[in-house]
Amino acid sequence: MTEERWRITVDAGLCIGSAVCVGTVPSHFALKDSHSVPVHEVVEPNEDVLAAAESCPMEAIRVLRVGTDEVLAPEL
Amino acid sequence: MTATSHEATPYPFATAERLSVHPKLTELRREQPVLRVTMPYGGDAWLATRYDDVKTVLADPRFSTNTVGKDVPRPVPLVQTHPSILTMDPPEHSRLRKLVAKAFTARRIERLRPRTQQIVDDLLDTMIAAGSPGNLAESLNWPLPITIICELLGVPFADRERFRRWTDLLLALAGDEEEIRQSRVNLNEYLAGLIAVRRSEPSDDLLGELVTARDSDGRLSEEELVTFGVTLLVAGHETTANQTGNFIYLLLSTPGLWDQLVADPALVPSAVEELLRIVPLGASAGFPRIATEDLELGGQHIAAGDAVVVDMNSANWDESAFERPTEIDLARSENQHVAFGHGIHHCLGAQLARMEMQIAIATLVRRLPTLHLALPAEQVEWRTDRLIRGVRSLPVAW
Ligand code: HEM
Ligand code: SF4
Repeated sequence: MTEERWRITVDAGLCIGSAVCVGTVPSHFALKDSHSVPVHEVVEPNEDVLAAAESCPMEAIRVLRVGTDEVLAPEL
Repeated sequence: MTATSHEATPYPFATAERLSVHPKLTELRREQPVLRVTMPYGGDAWLATRYDDVKTVLADPRFSTNTVGKDVPRPVPLVQTHPSILTMDPPEHSRLRKLVAKAFTARRIERLRPRTQQIVDDLLDTMIAAGSPGNLAESLNWPLPITIICELLGVPFADRERFRRWTDLLLALAGDEEEIRQSRVNLNEYLAGLIAVRRSEPSDDLLGELVTARDSDGRLSEEELVTFGVTLLVAGHETTANQTGNFIYLLLSTPGLWDQLVADPALVPSAVEELLRIVPLGASAGFPRIATEDLELGGQHIAAGDAVVVDMNSANWDESAFERPTEIDLARSENQHVAFGHGIHHCLGAQLARMEMQIAIATLVRRLPTLHLALPAEQVEWRTDRLIRGVRSLPVAW
């Protein structure tokens, strides 16, 4: 089995630049022109990234399992 | 350079006057963006006044809000005794925020629009039936957010007179400390009572969900549960009620603004954002942050352990972030204000507050286009003894 990887996406059209995600996991999100962008698109599994996706007021963040594209967070 | 080598300036610079912003802030942003100040309680802190620095303090993880039990520099008399979402850093903060974030997403709040419209219509029916003039503060501004947060949380609306007195005292800038402490105890006991009821009669409101998160999954402690209930109840209505009054006062007392909205009601959403930016809600800086390591802010060295406070009104009027910052432009398109904060503590209820204020103003504009202050603007009375600004009453006619 290959090692599990996650893909992070941020919908720039939804993001309001609140920086909740940036403050929650600064290693994984950064603000660019008042919008959040993932620092790396593909990352190792990380609980804090799920917390950030669950806490985004706009539900702009998606965490997907690479390979299956299963949505791991947020719960909709 | 050590902190003590600076002479500290007493802050706030003056008692907040209506909706004015102290002119010294303009000068500070230009000349001394991070100033040593003496707070009303707990000693000296650094005051950040520039937009960029304020955002850094609010979002950078090197600043902590964990000040529980510490006599830190602050605007209000009492030391924080109960860890709340506002005084937690990650990962505790994320654990609590995650529990309620779902209930406050833009999508979930959209679903509350029809109910909110109905509440506003009922409140205005009652005010209109009583005849002009009326007091908009008690007819609309307060009952609207109180009704909504009561329904969301599952707090009986009938208890509002009791908890309003207590929540009001929590925001006092000065006063009888024993009385303020007692209000906090009363509020905690009140929420603990509502929580106890849910253990025998489960409910699907937000308090019920938090009780389940505690009892079935152990995701928060009993103390956190009670404090969270108190925080949501207080934060859920005090700011919105006062801000709605401030907004309507400004719209009615500034020539042309009300008529512009009557002529073009589609401007209401951008008008609410502009009012959020221009109205200085805070009478002072709010929750202090503590630097967790030595760092540089706006050219100033900040030592680990130093307290930093931010003036959001100043940030929202910063000429380096906004064009024509002192002008009220109800159609402003670029408006990244910090009225709801920034970073992990960015207001949980921002989408809810926006929705409530949009509906309140849009409905007034539609149903009462001739609305005006029932007395000269200078005679509207303000409270000056609270952390946030607001009118004592808002007499209007139509
Ligand atoms: C016009 C109305 C409102 C304004 C201007 C406002 C403003 C703010 C600001 C500036 C903060 C951040 C404070 C800081 O970082 O020190 C905040 C946090 C918060 N607000 Fe609001 N607020 C409003 C309405 C509401 C409503 C309706 C709720 C309903 C639940 C709410 C709940 C909260 C909570 C729980 C926090 C703490 C969030 C955290 O620490 O993660 N607010 N608000
Ligand atoms: S939490 Fe959501 S809205 Fe806020 S910056 Fe991150 S992606 Fe954007």
